[in-house]
Amino acid sequence: MQILGIGILTWIVFLPILAMILVLLVPKGREIWIKWISVVATGIQVILAVVLLLNYRYDLAGINTLEGFQFVEKYRWIDVSGVAWFGRIVIEYFLGVDGLSMPMVVLTALICFIGSIASWELPKAKGYYALYLLLDTGMMGVFVALDFFLFYIFWEVMLLPMYFLIGIWGGPRREYAAIKFFIYTLLGSVLMLLVMIGLYFSTSIIDPVTGEKVHTFNMLAMMDPKNYEPGAIFSGLHTTWRYIAYIALFIGFAIKVPIVPFHTWLPDAHVEAPTPISVILAGVLLKMGTYGMLRISFPIFPDGMLKYALPMAILGFINIVYGALAAMAQEDFKKLIAYSSISHMGYVVLGMAALNTQGVTGAIMQMFNHGTITAMLFLIVGVLYDRAHTRGLYEFGGLANQMPKYFGIVIVAFFAALGLPGLSGFISEAFVFLGAFQTYKWIAIFSATGVIITAGYILWTTQRLFFGQLPDRWKNLPDINARELVTLVPLAIIVIFLGVYPSPLINLMNTSVNHLVRFVSEMGQAGGMQIGILP
Amino acid sequence: MVEQFGIELIQSLKNFLPEITLTLTLAFVIILDLIFGRKVRNIGAYVSLVGLAVTSFFTVKQYGGTYQIFRAMFVVDSYSTFFKFIFILSAFIIIVFSLQSYELKETSARRRLGEYYFLILSLTLGAFLMAGSVNLLMMYLSLELVSISSYILAGYIKESERSSEASMKYVIYGALSSGLMLYGISLIYGLTGELNIYAINASLLSSGYSPIVLLIALILMLAGFGYKISAVPFHYWTPDVYEGAPITVTAFLSVSSKAAGFAMLVRFLKASFIDRTVTVGIEGAWAIIQGLPWTEIIAILSALTMTVGNIIAIWQNNLKRMLAYSSIAHAGYILMGVVVAQNLGISAMLLYFLAYLFMNLGAFYCVMVVAEKTGSEDIEVYKGLGYRMPFLGVAFTIFLVSLTGIPPTFGFVGKLYLFSALINAKVIWLAVVGVLNSVVSLYYYIRVVRNMFLRDPELEKSPIALSTVHIAVILVLLIPTLLFGVYFGPIVDLAQSSVAMFGLR
Repeated sequence: MQILGIGILTWIVFLPILAMILVLLVPKGREIWIKWISVVATGIQVILAVVLLLNYRYDLAGINTLEGFQFVEKYRWIDVSGVAWFGRIVIEYFLGVDGLSMPMVVLTALICFIGSIASWELPKAKGYYALYLLLDTGMMGVFVALDFFLFYIFWEVMLLPMYFLIGIWGGPRREYAAIKFFIYTLLGSVLMLLVMIGLYFSTSIIDPVTGEKVHTFNMLAMMDPKNYEPGAIFSGLHTTWRYIAYIALFIGFAIKVPIVPFHTWLPDAHVEAPTPISVILAGVLLKMGTYGMLRISFPIFPDGMLKYALPMAILGFINIVYGALAAMAQEDFKKLIAYSSISHMGYVVLGMAALNTQGVTGAIMQMFNHGTITAMLFLIVGVLYDRAHTRGLYEFGGLANQMPKYFGIVIVAFFAALGLPGLSGFISEAFVFLGAFQTYKWIAIFSATGVIITAGYILWTTQRLFFGQLPDRWKNLPDINARELVTLVPLAIIVIFLGVYPSPLINLMNTSVNHLVRFVSEMGQAGGMQIGILP
Repeated sequence: MVEQFGIELIQSLKNFLPEITLTLTLAFVIILDLIFGRKVRNIGAYVSLVGLAVTSFFTVKQYGGTYQIFRAMFVVDSYSTFFKFIFILSAFIIIVFSLQSYELKETSARRRLGEYYFLILSLTLGAFLMAGSVNLLMMYLSLELVSISSYILAGYIKESERSSEASMKYVIYGALSSGLMLYGISLIYGLTGELNIYAINASLLSSGYSPIVLLIALILMLAGFGYKISAVPFHYWTPDVYEGAPITVTAFLSVSSKAAGFAMLVRFLKASFIDRTVTVGIEGAWAIIQGLPWTEIIAILSALTMTVGNIIAIWQNNLKRMLAYSSIAHAGYILMGVVVAQNLGISAMLLYFLAYLFMNLGAFYCVMVVAEKTGSEDIEVYKGLGYRMPFLGVAFTIFLVSLTGIPPTFGFVGKLYLFSALINAKVIWLAVVGVLNSVVSLYYYIRVVRNMFLRDPELEKSPIALSTVHIAVILVLLIPTLLFGVYFGPIVDLAQSSVAMFGLR
């Protein structure tokens, strides 16, 4: 599918870059143009995502077959002819979507659009929006790239804009939070780099044009054991090097998720970042970690995945319970949401570790739903902070009467986060538990305590903010305004809609998830490995 | 006999045209400066630029050929030609820098500009010779030519105490390490009776040797090489000299003299200490000579160099000093390419040098411009600078990001190839040390970025204007840094076809 002779995925990825160039050309004093350019560009991105959705074929699986991918664009990018001692180098510009990436593409487009509206009143608009749009390209690129090298480039392109967005527009401890984010993520990505290079040297495919053997960064080729050269570092199954590579990749992605104990950058980054950037961080960035695991770690290292599935499930459990407990202890509203994010990402990890259709479906749904719900929660914090200039939970009370419209929206988001039936969070958590219970009965049961703790801190927060006596100093707090409603209402509609009728989302990913689960379990079991089950 | 000698000489001179052009140019620089120097102050610079352009013409013509000239004293091959490109480029850029350097305009140095350009060219000539020499004496002499030129350049600002101190320290360390190196050469000569590196190799393989003596000789020689490339533990001169010398000279030393050291080191190791009678299974790999684990020695040197360089750089507040430690760390990265003893490593090293040329000179140029506008190289003056000079701030950020090795920059591609070479040869531990070092280096590079953009200006807040020349020079360095980060096919091609050394596979 092409627009003006250029593939639609290229458009959706590079449209923000075009907008960025426009933004940089806007003359001084016309800040309003900058804002409109960004909102329109991200709006077109949403439209493109909808176009993708309307043309999406639900029967194609993707994962490891080229034919299963849709809207594929595949071109030579780097092509260095071989020399006597080193083969040809081919790097491809290879984009495509399947059931794993489609929900994420929609989510990214949506959250970026909402984020650019929410950024309306930030100072230094030119620099801000330029970086924001660059970040948008990086995130979108990660979700559609199918060449590992390209994936890595997009993954890294995001780092610098994020550093500046937190570091320049953030709160009082922004410098610390920004550098911490940068160093943690870079540490994760250099581990990924080493694994990527190792995979490159281990796999080779026959070039259809010339018939010579070439090493490749093509992810799909890396998933097929037949393409591994004998004697290469990652060839075979169940070798020590493959386990090490799986763990290195896992750490690289776990930092992004974040999985405890690699999570400490997240509360700092979230608390210091400006509202729209927190929204992007929680809504999209964290999903890149779990998406990376599903897209890269699982199908390329199925043996490693099965061997370490149990520890992964335990980490998921720790994330759920630790995140929820830590959230309960917070007095800062934003920090509470940040820790709740860690807790909710734990469900994703648990669902993935279960490695059955229900679990993985639940995980991807939770990625999407957490994206929308947490985006709402951070916007909600932003609304309150913009008015009161404080986020101390104990400083509020009785806001329900003072800001009734706000209260209404907050309740939708809070109950969705808590997992109330009828809202989207419930469905995905239910699926995760359905899946996890089959594989890890006890871990699933213990993890369910997380739901109770979540209910605890959410209800307690509602009570502290909205019920009781309204302090005198908040007597003049205005209710939520139209622009803020524009950002929150679409998300609320999605949350309610997917809570009542989740099948569109499930159908979107169903074929791919089934295929992924079957592929990984069969591949991993080929060497006699069974998924670990606690007695 | 005499007739044959004549023919040989003429053949040799034909293949020596780049060096002859350089020699003529530096003679012209001095003479023309004596005649016209008062009227046209920068005549030396213009003559040098023209001379370098002619030299590059002859060098391009040489590319791809392989010959041995001057009775096996000197070789011309793709490998040395590639390095000659780097020397020409860096000398060219440095001369353009020097034309704008406030340090050269506002001190007594302005009356001695002819000699300054003369020395830049003589250092380049020395580097040319280092890249091509295959005889230990020739190697030593060309190394000394580079060293002596750089001693004078480092102390070029007479009234600056720092500059004189730098020069003094440089001489003392230099004398010591070249003494050690000479001792190493004499041991090798005593062991084999040869000075030509190919003959040394043949003699070692045919008549045997004592590994201990050879090891001692190698370590002594490494003192000389290590000093030129500023590898730990021979790096002590680097920070002081880099901080004290004029910025243009610092930038020049950090690229040209380092590249020359590497060019010579790799040729020496690859020609002398491999076992050509053994074939390794992997294409493009060399068998290491028995009993001399030089790849391990280099690996340890590399790990030490980058770790020490990066960790000390964190504490530096003077940008020149910080870049000095960063250049030590980069020497460590580049050594990774030598460790694998494969052509892939050499091509990665060549590629990295090109990347390093653009990004490092770019960073030094930014420091120079800022020092000119604010009068200081301290990290404090960078506070809020990104808002006062937005173009320079963004460019400097990109150079620093490239030095860290984050895509989409040329620096990343360079590092990618270095790590690839290591992983292909299964030297995983060094690759891990290398990537962890990249993460550490991020911290000090980003400190500058933080001061430029995350802090507000303290005293002065007015915007600082950049001249068109400044912007043009920055763009010339910035565009390759970004372009080759995204589209690096041709440049990799060039690096891969440039590993061919005379007489070696």
